[in-house]
Amino acid sequence: MMHIRKSLQFTTFAMALGLCATAVSAADLVIGLQQEPTSLDPTADATAAIDGMMTQNVYESLTIVAENGEVGPNLASAWEVSEDGLTYTFTLTDAATFHDGTAFDADDVIYSFERAMAEDSVNPSKAIFKPIESITALDPRTIQIKLKNKDAFFLFNMGQGDSAIVAAESAATNNVNPVGTGPFKFDNWTRGDRLKLVKNPDHRDAGEVALDSVTFRFISDAAAATAAMMAEELDAFPGFPAPELLEQFEADPRFRVNQGSTEGEVILAMNNSKPPFDNIEVRRAVATAINRDEIIDGAMYGKATPIGSFYPPHGTAYVDLTDAYPTDTAKAKGMFEAAGVAGQTMTLRVPPFPYATRSAEIIQAQLSDAGIDARVENVEWGFWIDEIYKKKNYDMTIIAHTGPNDMGNFARGPDYFYGYDDPKFTALWDSISTEADDTKRDELLKEGQQYLSDQAVHGFLFQLPLLGVFRNEVKGYWSSSPVLYMPLKNVSKD
Amino acid sequence: MTYFLLRRTFGFIATLIAVSIVVFAVMNVLPGDPALTILGMDATDDALAALRKELGLNDPLLARYFAWVGGALTGDFGTSHSFRVPVAELITERLAMTVSLAVAGMVLTLVIALSVGIFAAANHGKAGDWATMFISQLGIAVPAFWLSILLVLLFAVKLRWLPPGGFAGWSDPVAALRSLVLPTVALALVQSAVLARVTRSSALEVMRQDFTRTARASGLSQRRILWRHVLPNALVPIVTIVGMQFAALVTGTIVIENVFYLPGLGRLIFQSIANRDLPTVQALVMLFAVIVVTANFVVDLLYVLIDPRLKARA
Repeated sequence: MMHIRKSLQFTTFAMALGLCATAVSAADLVIGLQQEPTSLDPTADATAAIDGMMTQNVYESLTIVAENGEVGPNLASAWEVSEDGLTYTFTLTDAATFHDGTAFDADDVIYSFERAMAEDSVNPSKAIFKPIESITALDPRTIQIKLKNKDAFFLFNMGQGDSAIVAAESAATNNVNPVGTGPFKFDNWTRGDRLKLVKNPDHRDAGEVALDSVTFRFISDAAAATAAMMAEELDAFPGFPAPELLEQFEADPRFRVNQGSTEGEVILAMNNSKPPFDNIEVRRAVATAINRDEIIDGAMYGKATPIGSFYPPHGTAYVDLTDAYPTDTAKAKGMFEAAGVAGQTMTLRVPPFPYATRSAEIIQAQLSDAGIDARVENVEWGFWIDEIYKKKNYDMTIIAHTGPNDMGNFARGPDYFYGYDDPKFTALWDSISTEADDTKRDELLKEGQQYLSDQAVHGFLFQLPLLGVFRNEVKGYWSSSPVLYMPLKNVSKD
Repeated sequence: MTYFLLRRTFGFIATLIAVSIVVFAVMNVLPGDPALTILGMDATDDALAALRKELGLNDPLLARYFAWVGGALTGDFGTSHSFRVPVAELITERLAMTVSLAVAGMVLTLVIALSVGIFAAANHGKAGDWATMFISQLGIAVPAFWLSILLVLLFAVKLRWLPPGGFAGWSDPVAALRSLVLPTVALALVQSAVLARVTRSSALEVMRQDFTRTARASGLSQRRILWRHVLPNALVPIVTIVGMQFAALVTGTIVIENVFYLPGLGRLIFQSIANRDLPTVQALVMLFAVIVVTANFVVDLLYVLIDPRLKARA
């Protein structure tokens, strides 16, 4: 009797607390994100998670980049480029309205671009507007942009979150209450917990949008993320933080694990501006000492593609240069000795990302075998971006460059943290960035990859993978990501 | 007593001033630039300069410090550098979470620790005593985050009784309570292990004293002796530990909030330090300092209430 009463009590208690998993509505997609931004305005903050949630979902840009990297129409329904490649005439869609009811027209485009280019602009990618000479509205539906010099990436750049079109009425409060023209409207944000978007029924493509709402949950801890997926609290975790935990999802029929590619080249950056890495032979010795397969196995549990230069393997101009410096510890040792740096101590200062801290330990061991004492220092991000990135106070570091078309980093001169200043490459990059013909540009990009590999500017490690876990019901997610955003317009959940 | 209160109040203010200077100095000496953390690796120099100007980072250090103190005294804690909303708003929206968790954790800690501690003391030297002491030793050794993961795996992933994390606020009280169960248990189990041992030894100490023997000799029941005579007299060391634990609980929520992804102050301070968000860090550290100092103050007052003999010393 006692037992029965106790179990009855327990049941009542359990019911009172509602201890039963509640079913979520089928058209609400719940997405787990590791990073939570502090602002929701991609035109004023570089945090990638802002683009991940907002760009092309809440905000729209003139163009949009597809999964294969192709640029397509968005707020600009069509455009024409002049013969000399300097004048772009955009026809704007007449079917867009801001979520607060404000009409969308040429004035909003001019406002957004002038805001981004202004002297007091805090746009995180202000440089992409630098080629712009003038912007004029020919009529409320036509915008003409004149460039100072040809820019092969102009249309691509116009499809980023940094160049989102915002309205003068709402721009100042977009950090907390984002107002755009996109297929989803911002609903609410419980900072530290979740952010919700709802479908915009007035959007020109509303008929194609399958989801009624999207909820982002912020979970930074990898074990917690695993538990949340396993407990079916989440439908998707598109950027899963821990490759070592993926096995259990691969073994579970409820889930699908995706290994895609990103634009993130992971490099062992060497400070080219000071000894010993101002010496090309020392850099080549490092390239010879490192073993990418070991690094990928140990740091990424085999889930990454090696790279031999600074260009993503999924790109159309990719050349495989991973065999340019075959691993040879004895040879590397000899090279370090010949350069007079054998036995030297160097710092390897790494930011707090698992791919970096894990790779660092393996590289330290490989360099040690080749007679170099690399001292690993784990630093946090605020420290890294100030001390290493801005002040160049480092010998070696490990970082993923997640921006697309970023080979131009090597043409940023001696002030950039690479400390690499090579007029030959700068000239090459100038011709790449102004070449409008795709085939010709790909040839030049190949040349660029060859050159950077030959100069061994950095140790080129692997392409950062996009590791995602999805419930089988979730369809339409990009498997690879050429940009920082992920349009949810075509995503569905059965 | 007046002298005691005055001395305490003075100490309270001095602590807060010291804390504010230390936080301000450390955050400024620490490498890191809020503008750079916000605008990232592709930011141009003029965009960084514009943001620094907007955030008021170009003013001299001392001017910024006194502007902050002036604001804080009038209840204005400034605007967060990275969130761009008033710091007071950020803290208020998270306070409910952390306070709910800390209070629930404290209550559960007390319930478990006092019952287990008294039970062990009453069964001194017997199997029950050994068993509870063994389990509490385990409880002390187990890290809270690990215990949390085990709880989540069992109750959220396997049995599906409770959510694995998150907290959507008190607008839905049932959901809020469900969200708090596992984090509270994870917090309380580890804390109560410590407190149970203190309760046990303090109770044993009292049980050896003459008045307990007199009570027993006069035929009072064991239960009455334990709860009416032993426990009240064993409270001074218990209250000391509880005071320290309350401070530890508030800060201990930082770990728990991370594992259960709860939107509390712990996660906020973590994020703000990473973003070099000085106004937010400053206000949060001050808040934690106030909580710790207040907890100690309350403990001192409780001593006097529990043991009137201490009044003379105060």
